[in-house]
Amino acid sequence: MSDPRTHLPPEVRPVTRSGVEVPTSVDASAVDPSRIGKPGEYPFTRGIFADGYNGRLWTIRQYSGFGTAEESNARYKFLLSKGQTGLSVALDLPTQCGLDPTHAMARPEIGKVGVSLSNLSEAEILFEGLDLSRISTSFTINGTAAIIYAMYLAVADKQNVPRAKLTGTIQNDILKEYVARGTWIFPVRPSMRLIADSILYSNDVSPRFNPISIAGAHVRDAGATAAEEMAYTLANGLAYVDELRSRGGDVEKFAKRLSFFFYVHMDFFEEIAKFRAGRRLWATLMKERYGVQDPKAQHFRFGVVCGGSSLVAPQPYNNVARVAVETMAAVLGGAQSIFTCAFDEAFQIPTEFSAELAVRTQQIIAYESGIARTVDPLGGSYFLEQHTDRMEERIRQVMDEMDAYGGVIKAIEDGWIQLRLAERGLERKLDTDAGANVIIGQNHFRKDGEEIRVGEVFTLDPTVAQRALEKYQRMLDTRNNVAVEVALARLSKAAANDRENVMPYLVDCCHAYATVGEMVTSLKKQWGEFKEPVNL
Amino acid sequence: MTASIQTTAAPALAGKRILIGKPGLDGHDIGAKIIALTLRNAGAEIIYTGLRRSPQQIAQVAVDEGVDAVGLSILSGSHKELVAEVMAQLRALGGEDIRIFVGGTIPAEDQPHLKALGATAIFTADMPLERVVAILAEKLK
Repeated sequence: MSDPRTHLPPEVRPVTRSGVEVPTSVDASAVDPSRIGKPGEYPFTRGIFADGYNGRLWTIRQYSGFGTAEESNARYKFLLSKGQTGLSVALDLPTQCGLDPTHAMARPEIGKVGVSLSNLSEAEILFEGLDLSRISTSFTINGTAAIIYAMYLAVADKQNVPRAKLTGTIQNDILKEYVARGTWIFPVRPSMRLIADSILYSNDVSPRFNPISIAGAHVRDAGATAAEEMAYTLANGLAYVDELRSRGGDVEKFAKRLSFFFYVHMDFFEEIAKFRAGRRLWATLMKERYGVQDPKAQHFRFGVVCGGSSLVAPQPYNNVARVAVETMAAVLGGAQSIFTCAFDEAFQIPTEFSAELAVRTQQIIAYESGIARTVDPLGGSYFLEQHTDRMEERIRQVMDEMDAYGGVIKAIEDGWIQLRLAERGLERKLDTDAGANVIIGQNHFRKDGEEIRVGEVFTLDPTVAQRALEKYQRMLDTRNNVAVEVALARLSKAAANDRENVMPYLVDCCHAYATVGEMVTSLKKQWGEFKEPVNL
Repeated sequence: MTASIQTTAAPALAGKRILIGKPGLDGHDIGAKIIALTLRNAGAEIIYTGLRRSPQQIAQVAVDEGVDAVGLSILSGSHKELVAEVMAQLRALGGEDIRIFVGGTIPAEDQPHLKALGATAIFTADMPLERVVAILAEKLK
């Protein structure tokens, strides 16, 4: 047997992880030309715009945030100065889980994986000097998404920016949190209501803002295949559509503002096929299942992250090459916004050096490579069209399995998807250990005892937690506590009534400088907390 | 519901009781679950805490259940604080003999610190599962 550390495995698997067969050669007989269609036309296999990226390049949007609002504000200005075109705010875990910095569970986590944003005074600092009428802002926030969106509206009010001018996205996809990312707070059903409230409210007051980004990325990073990633995401998307319709939403209107979010990993053509198949399937489902007529409400608009668990700590500079390949797949798949992970992001908050290199990678692909000039340049490729068709079949199969189980909400409440995902994660890890899932520098071409060199180490200022706590206390001392109590009481009352929309009350709470923790506590009193099913 | 994948045939950890815990707010649990399934397949009896447990809760379960070892999975960068706190709580509850091992996003430069706190072993994502089992079997002999 050859040494797996220095030799490639003798055979390359003829099937992808999604279970799609990959032939050595494909000819015209594999493709039905009538299914390919035209860019900008239903069912949008070749993209939602007839002119591809010529009308508008994708948004270069790097997920970023750490420490306190002051440090993150400085990092955003740095990234914008390097040519980033949209903001993407990373929030710390206390903010994501709805705990104020003073909570015992919050203390060790303040400012670690994102910025601490406990109340409006922090948001005012975070966006200081950034014109919210011109820059779009994306927030990776779920359990407390409605609150952070309310805070964004409040900070826009403070800057005198009309809410109707706001652009950006809140992730606001709670279903996948129960499966993979874990920042749930309330049980599934009230969470669905909160999401519907925020989407319907946003459609009215900030119609250019995306109030949800239905995300497969986290499930994928945990071990799901590309087909499962798309299938779970589309199934969750349909669950949100059903919830919105049951609350009186007009699908022709709200569907225009549904957006999606995925990982791009290393199987190049499988990734491109995944996006083309998903785009076609979503448009088909919207038209056939809900009778949607407006093409904009059939559009499958998505952002991506290139990197994640496809990046590894051993030989970290190899990650630069990986991210470049993945970015090309995202472009050829027709992504609307791209986040390229920094090469050190597998193990630390990126340094300024690695963060800049990640932006430059996108710019090189956008402006040097020429691949963005022609819309869907791979359209009509025998292999890619066949792979797209086969991915669509696999995606439908997985969706059917979930339907047969009883639908996504039941599958999540029972822990069925969670267990299935854990098994996938284990499968992928065993494949990696065996060397069948090739990772250069980790399970192949790595010397015995080779040290992991990280290059420059990012160090978070150790005074972050202390500064956050001091600012928090100052805010408590200066705000009008009577106004806070009144706003929180009105929020509680609205939460108790299913026919109310809680959003205006959340905005009022933010304006009164109620904290994220206080708002979550008020809602928990009415709705309770999610009980995690722990099946192994 | 139970997972069906079997990994190792040799019950290297037969007779061992191991608690897998997710201290703090980090919700990335796939690594914890992969390790839990792997150790169970290697013969250990596994208790998994689920997400968002305080160090105190984890230490209490570990002592009440009389486990041989506690595995802590942390990907949020809070490993130094959380490992120290779990160790302190274990000592306070008379569980100082319980071995602690740590997994997750643990930068190489932080590993000596965790060892100094008393962590028996540190497992990172690139380590093969067979080796994780072998190291545990050795340390828990």
